[in-house]
Order: sequence, then C-alpha cells, then structure tokens
Amino acid sequence: MALKIVASQCTGCSACEAECPNQAISEKAGTFIINPAKCTECIGHYDNPQCAAVCPVDDTCVIDPAVPRYQAAS
Amino acid sequence: MDPLTAQQDAIMQEIARHKGCGSGGGDGKTGCGSTAGRDDLPPEIWEKVKNHPCYSEEAHHHYARMHVAVAPACNIQCNYCNRKYDCANESRPGVVSERLTPEQAARKVVAVASTIPQMTVLGIAGPGDPLANPAKTFRTFELVSRAAPDIKLCLSTNGLALPDHVDTIAGFKVDHVTITINMIDPEIGARIYPWVFWNHRRYTGVEAARLLTARQLQGLEMLTERGILCKVNSVMIPGVNDRHLIEVNRAVKERGAFLHNIMPLISAPEHGTVFGLTGQRGPTAQELKTLQDACEGGANMMRHCRQCRADAVGLLGEDRSAEFTTDKIMAMDVSYDLDGRRAYQARVEEDRQSRVEAREAELRTLDGHGGASGVTVLVAVATKGSGLINEHFGHAREFQVYELSAAGAKFVGHRRVDLYCQGGYGEEDSLAGIIRAINDCHAVFVAKIGGCPKADLIAAGIEPVDGYAHDDIATSTIAWFKSYLDRIGRGEIVHAARGDALIRQGGLIALQSLNVA
Ligand code: SF4
Ligand code: SF4
Repeated sequence: MALKIVASQCTGCSACEAECPNQAISEKAGTFIINPAKCTECIGHYDNPQCAAVCPVDDTCVIDPAVPRYQAAS
Repeated sequence: MDPLTAQQDAIMQEIARHKGCGSGGGDGKTGCGSTAGRDDLPPEIWEKVKNHPCYSEEAHHHYARMHVAVAPACNIQCNYCNRKYDCANESRPGVVSERLTPEQAARKVVAVASTIPQMTVLGIAGPGDPLANPAKTFRTFELVSRAAPDIKLCLSTNGLALPDHVDTIAGFKVDHVTITINMIDPEIGARIYPWVFWNHRRYTGVEAARLLTARQLQGLEMLTERGILCKVNSVMIPGVNDRHLIEVNRAVKERGAFLHNIMPLISAPEHGTVFGLTGQRGPTAQELKTLQDACEGGANMMRHCRQCRADAVGLLGEDRSAEFTTDKIMAMDVSYDLDGRRAYQARVEEDRQSRVEAREAELRTLDGHGGASGVTVLVAVATKGSGLINEHFGHAREFQVYELSAAGAKFVGHRRVDLYCQGGYGEEDSLAGIIRAINDCHAVFVAKIGGCPKADLIAAGIEPVDGYAHDDIATSTIAWFKSYLDRIGRGEIVHAARGDALIRQGGLIALQSLNVA
C-alpha cells in the first residue's frame, strides 16, 4: 500500500517531502525514504501520487510491489 | 501613503517613463551595455543598484555577493538542467553546492560579512527554486535580516510560484528579484521545459509552458507594482529561443523589468542534461553579443553575469567558499561589526569617486586622436577587482572584455579560462584555450606576463599590454586606444576586424576541484 523511492536515483532534492499530504517522506543519509505505513498513494487527497509528480528523476518514486496496494477505507 | 511607498511609487513611475538608454543615438554617453551605467538608469534606481555587485560590473569590483544553498527542491524541469547538480545555467554545471539549513545559512552570512567587509548582498538562488521551498527561503531571510540588517536580500526564481509569494517578498524588503524567463511563446517553451508541477499536478508540453509564462509575467507585474526591482535572466539557446529573446526583451521591459541579462546556454554531454545529450550547442561570443546589442534599446542589458555557483562567495570570479564550509563557520567565533563595515564602505566610495574624474578627463582627449573615426575594438583585461589591471596573465581565471570606441570603454562581458599558470603539464593547451576565448580581442591588458605566452599572443594577433599594471581599467584602455588610433593614423598598422571567440563549455568540474585544493 505504498510507493517507494529508488535510492540509487534519488538526488536528495527534498521536493517530494514537502508535497506529501501524509508526511510519509523523510531524509535518511542524503536520500529520501517513504514510510509505507503512512503512504496512502495520495488516495483521498489528490488524483495522482504527489511524490512521483514532482520528482525530477523519472521512475524514482514507484509503486512498491512488496506491499499490497492501498485500499481507501469505505 | 507612507513615505516609503511614495518613494517606491516615484521609482516605478520613473521606470515607466524611462525608455531604453538611447546608446544607439551616438550621443557619446558611455553605453548602457556597461550593465546599468550611471547614465542609463533613472537616478533613484541607480542609487539602489550602484553598489550592487550583481547589477553593476563596476560595483562588482568593489562589493561582493554571496549565495546560500537552502532551497534544493524545484517545481519545474528544464532541458538545460541535471538535477544531480546545481542548476546548470543559474549556476555552473557540474557543481554541487553545500546545502544548509536556514540556521546554518544565517550563521554563514554573519561569518562571511564579518570577514569580508565588501560583502553586501545575500542571494538565494537554488540549487532548486527558492519559491518551491518557501519556508526555508523566508526563514533564512528572517534570520539574516535580524542578525545583519545592512545586508541586501535578493532572490532568483523561475517564476512559477512567484504570484503566491509576492506579498511575503515585499514584507521582507527584498528589493531585487530575478526571474528566469526564456520564452513568452508556449510552443517555444515546450522545447525548453518538459514539465512543470503546479497546484498538485504535473503539466507537460505546451500546456506547461503556457502556465509558466502566464505566471512569470503576472509575477513580474505584481513585483513592479509593489516597487520591487526586477531583473530578468534569459538563457540563449541557439535555434530554439535566440531570435525570440528580442520579443521576450520587449515583453519584460513593458512590464517594468529594469535589467535583462541574456546568458549563453552552457551545454556539454558530460553535464548529463537533455540539451547536453542531444548535442544542443551554446552560442558563440559573437552570437551572444549580437543578440545583446539587438536588445539594447529594450530593458537595459546586463553582460557581466558569471553564472556563479549557488554558494559562491567573493568578488568578481573569485570564490572563497572553501573558507566558509559548514564545519568552519560552526567553529568560528563571530561578532557583527556594523560600524566597521560602514567605515570600510565609505573609503571604497571615496576611491571610486576620485577615479571617475580621471576617466572622464582621459576620454575628453580622445577626439584629438581620430576618436571620431568610427573604429571600435574589443580588449581583454586581467583583473582581480577594484577596477584595476592587477592580475598576472598566468593567474587569470577570467578576462573582462571591454569595447573601446569614441564613446569610451564599455564593459561587454567576461570570458572564463583555465589557469595558464598551473606549473607543469598542459600549459600549451590552456594557452591555446585562452587565445580561443579572447580571439575577438585586439589586445589583452595584464599586470605581468611571461615571454613565451607573450610571443604566442602576438603570433595570434593579440597585443599583450603590460604597461598599465595596477592602473584604472577604463583610463588605461582609453589611453592605449589613443595610441592605437595614432598608429593607424601614421600608417604603422592597419585596423582589421578580428574573428569570433568561444564560450567555454567544459572543464568546469576540473576547475572546481582546483579551487578547493
Ligand atoms: S504517494 Fe503520496 S502519500 Fe505516498 S509518499 Fe508519495 S506523496 Fe506521500
Ligand atoms: S523528489 Fe525524487 S529526487 Fe527529490 S528527494 Fe524525492 S525522491 Fe529524491
């Protein structure tokens, strides 16, 4: 239920951190990481994941296949 | 209306009245390309910018600016940018600035200003967009204006978020804002900007460019309405926006921009930018100057921008940032000496004033030497500041280029070069590189030069001049120009035009590591 950041591609620019509606993103050793417990894929906030939309490096904020997709509470 | 607002209003009306500089009229004024010269700007604006190193080349000889890199995030993507590094055109390609928190940045400003009394301006320019990081940017301004109230604050932005922040900018008394505007035609913009991020969405293509240009021009208008001086930067990209920049010049002037700075695209494959990888070239020195000349009647042109790195510290091309790393400033014991700084700056003003008169006297004698013959030449000058010819040829990291004519000595740009004097390998290559960089010049003025490079310069048709060591640049170059015209008059030499010069694209990463070593 979350996105993840491909650490080897992250420039550490911090743009995603400020855009995340759930404060799921934080800095760790020069790159940024997403806390999967907080990430909602932006569902309920915006039409698309904000971190991926603002990230300057394509395919760096991507769906994490290791965790099940987020289900909005109905 | 309070007095401050009234004063700003008067300035804005003055800008509105002021129509170009009329340097084309042959009225003998020192041309406006000398980057906002005294004759070109309304007196109120001249008062505000005359000591500002980023707006006046002459001021840059005496005053320094510094940038702090507190704003890493960006909200647009440019084809001349590789986000691994600082913005390739606002800054130098291949350079990474040391990122600071607002608290570290404020401490650094106080440390630098206490060590270097010439430091009068703090800019926030990136590495991302300051207004895409509004909390960090404005917190830095808040801390600095409290600790060092005499420091002028300025800001560079791509303009996308500008309309949302104009009132905060005005609140911090930021008196200079730079907007990078590369187009007003979205079709052209689509070739420069792959996307913008605005209002929680990524926009691409023409739609992105349309949004960007609308926000930029709206932000520019809002700033001028509030009496905040606004400069426009444009990156000249041959074949993409080169001729279009004449329209950009007109549009930004209409909206009150007081200076327009056209910078060359810096692009090489090793920078890893889209333009670098697609082989998009930058302009030659002559192409750049031709475009700047074509725009001259528009907003005043600025030609001395060095595209310095976002955390640069120092005068002219100098960079003392290695003295002020985070570790060092945190360990420094600093106290802010406001009175000492004011006294120092008063001495600088006296010196500047006394030299203006000598320059004017020299210029008045030019007519008797065929000054009216219409000959113009470019000359290169090695200087490390204070308006003097005071740098050794072999130590110069850049040459300033002046155009000499009946109107006097007009600053038209500068050329970065690799150090010739690195003691050891590669000397031949770097000399050839210097000659390519100043190949459009008839002479090069230096404080000192060795025999070998002297002979090579003469062979390349560039006269090395070391007879004016440690003298004023404008006065000396005009004195030399008189003798040049005399030699033509006596038939000793024939005046011939020179070729074009190259704007250096690569090698900046190597230069950087040398700076730090
Ligand atoms: S997808 Fe949305 S919620 Fe998840 S980390 Fe990115 S910005 Fe935050
Ligand atoms: S926006 Fe992308 S590059 Fe910037 S910190 Fe986030 S993941 Fe890294």
